[in-house]
Amino acid sequence: MSPLVRVRDLVVAFGGRPAVRGVSFDVERGQVVALVGESGSGKSVTARSLLGLCGRGAVVEADELAFDGLDLRSLGERQWRGLRGRRVGLVAQDALGSLDPLRRVGAEVAEPLREHRIVDRVRPEVLRLLADAGVPEPEVRERQWSHQLSGGLRQRALIATALAARPELLIADEPTTALDATVQKQVLGLLRAKAAAGTALLLISHDLAVVADLADYVHVMKDGAVVEHGVPADVLTNPRHPYTRALLNAVPTAERRGRGLSGTIPALDQPDRRVPGRELITVTDVVKRYRVRGRPPITAAAGVSFTVRAGETLGIVGESGSGKSTVGRMLLGLVAPDSGAVEFDGVPWSARAGAERRAARRRIQMIYQDPLASFDPRYTGRQIVTEANPDPERVAELLRLVGLAESQVDRPARELSGGQRQRLAIARALAADPAVIVCDEPVSALDVSIQAQVLDVLVDAQRRLGVAYVFISHDLGVVHHIADRVLVMRDGAVVESGSATAVLAEPRHQYTKDLVAAVPGTVLRQAQSVLKPG
Amino acid sequence: MVTALDTPTPVRRVRIPRAGIAAALVVLAVVAIAALAPGLLTGVDPNHADLGATLRPPDWDHWFGTDQNGRDLFARVAHGAGASVLIGLGATGLALLGGIVIGTLAAQTGRWGDEIISRLLDVVLAVPGLLLVFLVAAVMGASGFTATIGLAVGTVPGFARVVRAEVLRVRASTYVEAAHGLGHPGPRVVLVHVVPNAVGPVFALATVSLGAMIVASSSLSFVGLGPKPPTAEWGAMLAAGRDLASVAWWPTVFPGVAITLTVLAVTVLGQHLQARFERRTV
Repeated sequence: MSPLVRVRDLVVAFGGRPAVRGVSFDVERGQVVALVGESGSGKSVTARSLLGLCGRGAVVEADELAFDGLDLRSLGERQWRGLRGRRVGLVAQDALGSLDPLRRVGAEVAEPLREHRIVDRVRPEVLRLLADAGVPEPEVRERQWSHQLSGGLRQRALIATALAARPELLIADEPTTALDATVQKQVLGLLRAKAAAGTALLLISHDLAVVADLADYVHVMKDGAVVEHGVPADVLTNPRHPYTRALLNAVPTAERRGRGLSGTIPALDQPDRRVPGRELITVTDVVKRYRVRGRPPITAAAGVSFTVRAGETLGIVGESGSGKSTVGRMLLGLVAPDSGAVEFDGVPWSARAGAERRAARRRIQMIYQDPLASFDPRYTGRQIVTEANPDPERVAELLRLVGLAESQVDRPARELSGGQRQRLAIARALAADPAVIVCDEPVSALDVSIQAQVLDVLVDAQRRLGVAYVFISHDLGVVHHIADRVLVMRDGAVVESGSATAVLAEPRHQYTKDLVAAVPGTVLRQAQSVLKPG
Repeated sequence: MVTALDTPTPVRRVRIPRAGIAAALVVLAVVAIAALAPGLLTGVDPNHADLGATLRPPDWDHWFGTDQNGRDLFARVAHGAGASVLIGLGATGLALLGGIVIGTLAAQTGRWGDEIISRLLDVVLAVPGLLLVFLVAAVMGASGFTATIGLAVGTVPGFARVVRAEVLRVRASTYVEAAHGLGHPGPRVVLVHVVPNAVGPVFALATVSLGAMIVASSSLSFVGLGPKPPTAEWGAMLAAGRDLASVAWWPTVFPGVAITLTVLAVTVLGQHLQARFERRTV
């Protein structure tokens, strides 16, 4: 039997510049095929060529581009519409952006049913699809708007929409990138079950660890071409292409603790000589509640206590809504606790005012998940760092330290890539000569390979300058890699704390155990224990 | 085999064609020369009355004809640009300055300050714009200066509201928090980061309202609240030509066309700048 999807020598060009150069792959019914690579590798464009949605100005050429024996190269717009949603479904990464804010969730799921006249009675089918996609209380959710759903529920609603017309092929483009580990695990399980039931699944991801757990076959893409392909166990244990090897090394895990991830900073392979210093921050029993009218108050911090020492990294892990970001903002004195105290350098924020408060502010800096939003849009990279430190030599030195070239910093920051923006944010934070930097999900929006470079820059800067980090993240792999000590937060409370190795390798609290179990990369870790590093 | 696939094209925003922008620039250049150095366009004195040549239709000696006093209409239209455009520009500039200062103060002075300033702006907004000018003219006497002040006062509340909303938006942004985090004093952060990032929309609004201001300044002259005669001014010329419209078309048509073209050019350019500004911030 011929495969459901057959692609041979696919080339997609935009304005004469090829984004995909000669990609070939098959997808069988019931099979999970993954395209893995970083942003710009051409993986999304490749998948969208199966929907005729490569974008404006795209020129698509192929020796073969077939879906169930149908030659996609000769389809007109009307025929494409018969295919999209009906026979090929798409789950996009941005679940909020993919759902119409002015329609209820039920109407969203019902649309393909009505459009393609799948069933006579739509509503029972909508409820069935929502329940099937793992949405609890479908009768309630169906009546809600997309902004009322959590990220995980939105993604599930989107999957329900994509599956509504019972497509033979489902394309999932980074379906779990923005989700917490436990939710990610559920969504991946849902996709896996769909594949087992006979739907072909084309999975697109930058994360080799996620892909390896789910896929039957993997294509690693770089610069528009497939550099390596095979079954995951083979690709992971025996990577032949240097790029695949680099991708594997870039995954932060316990095994790679204390070593460089990106291979770009040789100094990281020297032994770690940091010695934690005196206590810089003392948090004592802080409580913070937010009251929203008509709803029970949200407890962001319920009696949290901890300390941060000079030169160490404290990881704070927890899922969305656990209160970890609120705690981070209290450390900076941006949010005042309802009770309890946050002392920085022995003085509580509440006792500092005016010039003294401003001087203290400089000593504790922040790095955000979205660095671009933290830059004045009118400023160039150099101006942004200069604002933190007027000494041009120091600015140049820090830009070198974070690996930004002279040619990159005299342009507006929005022209930089995601990884470069975060390097710039690190340079600015360091320019204020801080004792502590609070990093709130600093690498969550980045591809694994870029994440590896940013994490390496952070570790390198800490070893050179002795700055302490409070590293807030939902990603246990990242925290396990970078943190010396860890707090695990849930619903505003610390459920477990201790050294990173102890807490994450041998969790005692049930919640921590669940979190650790949800971390993707089972196949990858098995491979890494076989594979010798280096 | 090689084929190209059709991909759907999203609907594009209507853009002003390049030729339109070029034409607008040419018109504005001519108006600017007329406003700053009308002598470059005509050597004729706009106030020289040749009683032997009253109400002549356009010919080679008088391109736009002459009025009932025998004054050359081309010279009067050229010299009239100064008054209309200066009043429009001056009123817009003053309204911008006032709007930015008052809007920023409203956003920055806390709940009570905001409440007091915003209600005062509401009071001004409740008075019709022309009535405001009458008021200023009644107190200070009718002149180009009072027309400018009156128009500016009527426009400030709208500008101030836009600035206030933008300041509140920018103030909540992460980069302002980051600037505070660097230990800079509050007023510095407001002046260096908040205000410059908040004024973009009001400048775009001003380029569009400049056209309306020029029309308004002509209207004021038309009803006699602008510059005093015999100063050449487009609105005043319209008013003077009105009674002759049945016997001579040229005393009203040429100043009217001048107003229309100027406003059109300013508006086209304003919208173009606004579109560019929006693209830059996205």
